[in-house]
Amino acid sequence: MTTDERIVVTATINGEERTWLSSSRDSLLEALRERIGLTGAKEGCNNGNCGACSVLMDGRLVNSCLVMAAECEGANITTVEGLAEGDELHPLQTAFLEEAALQCGICTPGFLISSKALLDWKPNPSEEEIRFWLAGNLCRCTGYDKIIRAVEKAAEEMRS
Amino acid sequence: MVATPEKPNTDKPAYKVVGTRPVRPDGVDKVTGRAEYGADIKLEGMLYGAVLRSPHAHARIKRIDTSKAEALPGVKAVATHADFPKQESGSLDLGEGSANPLWLVENVLAGSKVLYHGHAVAAVAATDLHIAEDALALIEVEYEVLPFVIDVREAMLPNAPILLDDLRTNVRAKGVDTPKDVPTNIALHMRLEKGDIEQGFADADVVIEREYTTAQAHQGYIEPQNGTAFWNRDGQLTIWCSTQGIFSVRSQCATLLGLPESQVRVIPKEIGGGFGGKLTVYLEPIAAVLSKKSHRPVKMWMPRADIIRATGPTSATHNRVKIGVKRDGTITAAEVNLAYAAGAYPGSPVGAGALCALAPYDIANQRIDGFDVVTNTPKTQAYRAPGAPASEHAVEATLDELAEQLDMDPMELRLKNAAHEGGTNSAGQPWPRIGATAVMEAIKNHPHYTSELHGEDTGRGVALGFWFNGGMESSSSATVNSDGTVSLILGSVDIGGSRASLAMQLAETLGLTLDEVHPHIVDTDSVGWTGVTGGSRTTFAGGWVAYDLGEEIKKRVVERAARMWDVETDVVSYADGVITGPPDADNNPRSMTFKEIAKQLQRTGGLIAVSATSRRNTQGAAFAGHIVDLHVDRETGKVEILRYTAIQDVGTAIHPSYVEGQLQGGVAQGVGMALNEEYYYDDEGHVVNASLLDYRMPVANDLPMIDTQLVEVPNPGHPYGVRGVGEAPIVPPAPAIRNAIYDAIGVRMYDMPMSPRRILEELGPQNGSAS
Amino acid sequence: MQAVKYARATSVDEAVQMLRDGGDVARVLAGGTDVIVLARERRRDIDLFVDIKHIPDLIGIDYQAGQGLTLGAATPLYEVYNHPDVKAHYPALVEASHVIGGTAIQGRASLGGNLANSSPAADGIPAMIALGGTAHIAGPNGRRDVPIAEFCTAPGRNVLETGEFIVSLSFPDPAANSGSAWERFIPRNEMDIAVTNAGVYLALDGDTVADARVAIGAVAPTPLLVPAAAEALIGKPLTDETIEAAAEAARQAANPITDMRGTADQRRHLAGVLVKRVLNKAAARARGDE
Repeated sequence: MTTDERIVVTATINGEERTWLSSSRDSLLEALRERIGLTGAKEGCNNGNCGACSVLMDGRLVNSCLVMAAECEGANITTVEGLAEGDELHPLQTAFLEEAALQCGICTPGFLISSKALLDWKPNPSEEEIRFWLAGNLCRCTGYDKIIRAVEKAAEEMRS
Repeated sequence: MVATPEKPNTDKPAYKVVGTRPVRPDGVDKVTGRAEYGADIKLEGMLYGAVLRSPHAHARIKRIDTSKAEALPGVKAVATHADFPKQESGSLDLGEGSANPLWLVENVLAGSKVLYHGHAVAAVAATDLHIAEDALALIEVEYEVLPFVIDVREAMLPNAPILLDDLRTNVRAKGVDTPKDVPTNIALHMRLEKGDIEQGFADADVVIEREYTTAQAHQGYIEPQNGTAFWNRDGQLTIWCSTQGIFSVRSQCATLLGLPESQVRVIPKEIGGGFGGKLTVYLEPIAAVLSKKSHRPVKMWMPRADIIRATGPTSATHNRVKIGVKRDGTITAAEVNLAYAAGAYPGSPVGAGALCALAPYDIANQRIDGFDVVTNTPKTQAYRAPGAPASEHAVEATLDELAEQLDMDPMELRLKNAAHEGGTNSAGQPWPRIGATAVMEAIKNHPHYTSELHGEDTGRGVALGFWFNGGMESSSSATVNSDGTVSLILGSVDIGGSRASLAMQLAETLGLTLDEVHPHIVDTDSVGWTGVTGGSRTTFAGGWVAYDLGEEIKKRVVERAARMWDVETDVVSYADGVITGPPDADNNPRSMTFKEIAKQLQRTGGLIAVSATSRRNTQGAAFAGHIVDLHVDRETGKVEILRYTAIQDVGTAIHPSYVEGQLQGGVAQGVGMALNEEYYYDDEGHVVNASLLDYRMPVANDLPMIDTQLVEVPNPGHPYGVRGVGEAPIVPPAPAIRNAIYDAIGVRMYDMPMSPRRILEELGPQNGSAS
Repeated sequence: MQAVKYARATSVDEAVQMLRDGGDVARVLAGGTDVIVLARERRRDIDLFVDIKHIPDLIGIDYQAGQGLTLGAATPLYEVYNHPDVKAHYPALVEASHVIGGTAIQGRASLGGNLANSSPAADGIPAMIALGGTAHIAGPNGRRDVPIAEFCTAPGRNVLETGEFIVSLSFPDPAANSGSAWERFIPRNEMDIAVTNAGVYLALDGDTVADARVAIGAVAPTPLLVPAAAEALIGKPLTDETIEAAAEAARQAANPITDMRGTADQRRHLAGVLVKRVLNKAAARARGDE
């Protein structure tokens, strides 16, 4: 067993440059939650199968549990905390509230980030495309129905 | 005998808040990432805890040496079973189910034996999570490996490996002799009986008997179990956790740690799903011991593999059902035999399974036997309608075969035998007003049921589901603020919108808008004793309390207005948030809004603060009926759900969106249980699919939209007609799917899950494997 | 998580040096979707991640008509399946890379990583074998090329020596009137490891099969090229009978195990089912029907 290193990482998180001290064995998820104090991204499985830790890294959807913190030097990260602009909720956030697309809410940050990545890529996805895209995000409460409707509604809102 | 159909009562009073779909009060925090769940906590000086677990399914612990772990820099405390006080046998109420402290403490950290793969053995607290994990690898445990048993029927055999040397069968079955005083894995044999079963079968024209198995399935909440504890030097213990019941955690921790309950404070964090799995404690007492030893707060959360291996799934079961019917469809007798695996310690939900098995039907002659059996698998816990899906599956599946033999519509057969007000359940208790017939009629008349089904290898199935619902105790308090808003203080954690549903009922009672009522969930020192968020009870019982609080506030507001106006209280009235009195001396009308009088409360005798407790058991039962269309790929055995409709008697839907959500979520879990979810054990008793990759819960593109129809038969035992809704909808999916598979490809499935592999095997060489 | 350190390489030579200095406990990190899990679950002894995805040669997609396709080994899957040339000429690659993990995995995971991880059930490998791909490898002893069909040697094992890594993957330009297809069977509709998968490449000359390559996965210790399946097709008309003969060859070649994801019988059966399905799909593409 070798000891890990302390590393200093600087990255832009939700538009703000942040520098933090990490262990070289921290994942981005661990760094966000335990070193930086941004706990919106959640740990559900820690191996890329539930999507609760979804964040955008340089505009690309990733599981933050499968990114090493050390890899983030110079990266641009968006978490659920960066979705709203000031008091203005993102249309996806509003749609999730209005459509009752959350019950316990633990998967919601991941679904919001993943849905944002979808709508950034394709503003007018079909139900099938939404379901396929979101298949990496598990929800155990809703049966997905209201989540799919919320994404459809937000997409419509964002197109108009 | 044909039941008199109870007509759905659609004449709901005209509510202003109840029945609307507002944004939930905790919504913004939950879509912005601000809501604090258990693992989000950070305290000054906080340590991270981790747990070492058994690599064996059954073994005696001969020696544990933690010295190397303790010596690792950064490690501040190590805990084992020896750190807990000795427990006496007893019973701790978990809301849904109970726990014997003798076994609960063994489950938290194993004593002399480990009883399943993943059983907790020791724990470490360190300054960093990575160091805590490193330390686990330094703990030396010497095991004497023992033979193990996973299967419930094998565990019942006389020569099976014995898990608990002191266990003897508790016989609660009339006419059954107490067995010999020898160790056994059968913890309980219970029986429900009414009528004359032999005569009933003799009267039948058709009798069939079938056997079914169901697999161990996990609740699968996305948020891992977690617990953070700080044991102060003055002996005060504070626990932060995600639980379904803060008072239950308090009593479990106080008992296991030998503390008075008054010295334990449990602070609820947001909870990321529970479904019954977050009623019992796992990490909280360990974190407390580690904190006591290190004098620092300790945070713990479970890795997903540990959640699957060591928290409670539902029982694997093996069930037999025999039903006799007359040619006209009248069921003359039913015999049910249920064997439920409890996991490592007694306490499967077989009792509930037995009471639910035949509940939707009025059957004069019946006998239900239930066996609670320990196995070398994780201790089962409540899972959404605990015990009901397995027993009702067996009955619903058998009824489908009977309907076919009688050449009867499956819903007609059920309607002919529907349970009804005035009849009795399997325990002989009379039914109050129930929605069984209303739901069956709704299915029969639903456009989905009457539509044509097209396509090759497609099929349709229906099934019913029943759950009792819980009542139990809830407490709340409310304060009228000087600006006319009302604070509602709750002891029920919000697992799926109860802040909204409870605040809506108080707002309705007071004639206010939801914006004017602010719900707050507080800790165990700040509200009266409240039962768990479980048993489909929260909106029912909490709603009763909200109503009582509202009525008390109204009474006091009226008294105050009477005093201010110097009139008798009986001439002052309160309606829609307006207080009206008799005209004044000049004959001017006198009235005040709630807001106006609130402003004057402080100067006229003080603000109004009230509290209330409800302990009513008028919750009423829930009946669900589901219709499913599906396609089976004959070459691969894979089932694709094409259309799904869930119908349920929901009493009154306070927030219809969240009621629909309960139905849809129940369907998704039921579909998972039906098609793919199961524990896979290898030859050494290891759970090898302990990940969300290989424990296959439905993903977004496994399901279609799930249509719902809310049948509203208001519960006469509730001021707003509320009935619990959350649990019943997990019951019908498996039998409905099973019946639809038969309709599609002519294959009857008797084992769950009905995975592609099993269906392919049933299809046999001519259809499947030889292609 | 093991006590790993992290190093970022900016050139192939630098990466080779880092890996050589790191020895057996140094591992390449590209998308990390497999290797981070291995290190976290302590299933391999790893103490250094060498991040290779900042090396320019490792990222990118280049297609030249008549030459073929070259993929930087660390190019994320989503770039592969969204690339117009890949979509036009290598549909089997699109089909496989589109279902490896969820969308978030595809933002990081790569076909090079899929190959280097060398799982018997890897979704990308049968597609790459069917398309006749070659792995271009760099290491302490210089560069070498290995056909993808010969890359994997056992579950989780492959031809890479200490210090070696995959720089790029290349595929010949498909012939005129050809098509490829890939499919897998999983119990859910996404997010599963294949119970069985299959990829084919098919070139037609009129109604006759001019060339074919058939590969199957999750039915043996490594993904398999099935020459007997190709022989059952080449030079013959594509009919239900010849397709069935190819499927039978695939079933014969399969040597599966029973585990939590499927039984040996089920996998052998599915190898036949899937080979038939992908052959029909590839044939439709070769004929321009799709």
